[in-house]
Amino acid sequence: MTTIAEPLATPGYDSASATPLLEICGLEKRFDLSGDFLEQLRFKGGRLVRHQEFVHAINGVDLTIQRGEALCVVGESGCGKSTVARTVMGLLSPSAGEIHYDGARIDALSPRALLPYRKRMQMIFQNPYASLNPRMTIQQTLEEPIRLHHPDWDRERVVAKVREVMASVGIDPDWGGRFGHEFSGGQRQRIAIARALAVDPEFIVADEPISALDVSIQAQVLNLLMDAQQERHLTYLFITHDLAVVEHFGTRVAVMYLGTVCEVAPTRTLFATPRHPYTQALLSAIPRLEDDRPQPIRLSGEVPTPVDLPSGCVFHGRCPYAEPRCRREVPKLRPQADGSQVACHAVEEDRL
Amino acid sequence: MALLEVRDLDVRFALRHGEVRALRNVNFTLDRGERLGIVGESGAGKSVAAFSLLNLIARPGFIAGGSIRFDGQELTGLGERGLRKIRGNRISMIFQDPMMTLNPVLSIGEQMVECLKAHRRISRREARAIALHKLQQVQIPSPDTRLDQYPHELSGGMRQRVIIAIALLLDPDIIIADEPTTALDVTIQAEIMALLRELCEKHNVGLVLITHDLGVVSQVTQRMLVMYAGRVIEAGPTREIINDPQHPYTQGLMNALPQMATPGSHLNQIRGSMPSLANLPSGCAFHPRCDFIDRADGSPRPACTERIPAFVDSGNCRVACHMVAEMLAREATPIKEKVQ
Repeated sequence: MTTIAEPLATPGYDSASATPLLEICGLEKRFDLSGDFLEQLRFKGGRLVRHQEFVHAINGVDLTIQRGEALCVVGESGCGKSTVARTVMGLLSPSAGEIHYDGARIDALSPRALLPYRKRMQMIFQNPYASLNPRMTIQQTLEEPIRLHHPDWDRERVVAKVREVMASVGIDPDWGGRFGHEFSGGQRQRIAIARALAVDPEFIVADEPISALDVSIQAQVLNLLMDAQQERHLTYLFITHDLAVVEHFGTRVAVMYLGTVCEVAPTRTLFATPRHPYTQALLSAIPRLEDDRPQPIRLSGEVPTPVDLPSGCVFHGRCPYAEPRCRREVPKLRPQADGSQVACHAVEEDRL
Repeated sequence: MALLEVRDLDVRFALRHGEVRALRNVNFTLDRGERLGIVGESGAGKSVAAFSLLNLIARPGFIAGGSIRFDGQELTGLGERGLRKIRGNRISMIFQDPMMTLNPVLSIGEQMVECLKAHRRISRREARAIALHKLQQVQIPSPDTRLDQYPHELSGGMRQRVIIAIALLLDPDIIIADEPTTALDVTIQAEIMALLRELCEKHNVGLVLITHDLGVVSQVTQRMLVMYAGRVIEAGPTREIINDPQHPYTQGLMNALPQMATPGSHLNQIRGSMPSLANLPSGCAFHPRCDFIDRADGSPRPACTERIPAFVDSGNCRVACHMVAEMLAREATPIKEKVQ
């Protein structure tokens, strides 16, 4: 890594000078589809062979997140963006690769050793109807993480903390005795955010936190997340498929396709000049309000299955610029002049 | 006369603790080959409106009043036998989740043949030929092998194409599409929407598109209705409503979109949330969330909390809002004076 001697002026967003808060190197995650050992045995040509099949959910993802930024990961369903989020949180263990948090490697830690990191990083899930325990009151839900991470706190201090976080997300602190089902979807998502904020984390992984909400409620929750970022100097890893939200919320964007990152760029750069052919198609497909925009780029075919990954560039089967090299060789993320990183042979060869 | 004419449609659900009015005084028309969008958030009644057109409202829901005239025929009083002749045949429907709509134990071909044979006296071979032709129309690659495949062998986008093919099978006059692309990815959504629009234009089929996505409505439809808490609150040509929404709720909805704000700034949110239909606020159902319940001079406008707003014409659009009505009246007065 290059180290540029530059004094750290603000605790907020800074360039590549300091240690990144999170660094993912060569991350891979495979899910075994083939069942237990006996189920893997097959007869083939009169001989017993062991047959294994994997879903290749993530294939060599490299990402860094600096303090204070909001890195958005976008992509279509099945591209591995949620798997990245869960692996970062330690909810899944990577098949290969490393995850460094604040300079320390965390992917191989025991649950006990991971506990202090769990306090520093919290997660918000997509569906607030499923992520709140229906049999716990909101008070209990919010107390649980505080008690786990601060076993030395007395009851009054815990209760005061719960009231504080409830107020900070715009939920009346007197409603603690209610259950999740008594709240609307938007309020439930606020409570889920309150639960994440309850232990004063510095890093939040949000997996499609507004996708299940209505438009007018989406704006409320997005505003809340932005306020929390400013007040608490949070760093976000924000997973979403909604590009309009990315354009508004993210400082940098990583576009994923079939388990690989195909482009990483500062938000403004990405939306102004998308380089990777997939990013271009994705941006052109956003339903816009204006009538006079150009026709969306139509991609031929469908996303291939992650069980049998295509050779070379995973996008080559649908790419209008594919050449023989794309079918052979996996493109690597390469830095571009405008500060973005693109994994595409066509961009590298200046064909695009 | 319009092909479909819905007048004062009133749909209620008889629940244990009383009746809930899911739709009140819903009015709209659809011409042959016209594309109409119905927009609203969850609970606004847009799906109930679509389902009630074919009387697909299940008990305890029922159509309590109003009329639905289709091609000169009244649909509200029609029995099951009469409705069956129209459903799937002259008005067909596309539902949100393509996996739930297709029968998992029948091949694509069988489902299509079954549908054709239910409405027409034709042989299996003829039915299969029509099915194949329709699959070609929705641009499914290698349609002849698809006919013998089962739904689980197809991807989400392919399934939705099959469903569009089934909806087109009997050359209907109207297709009702209830959130047809909500379960799909953006690139697939763009393709399916373009396809739906193309096919409707080509075959002169009317489309009623239910969606919560203003972008989709703007791309596909010619006219739109905005619904809130069981009522239509704004109706008119899509382009005019998108460019210049009149109702405070429509304005709020548009302004809440991230693309309407400068990146990183606060989004303009509508405070609160949609009221429950069982417990609607008095007067205009939107008034507790509305920023315009005060008059221009700062005094509260009593009508907003007391009376349900009637529709007023504002240009080519119709809006149900006391504030807009007042504004229009104010604008209209000096013109009258000039004439005198």
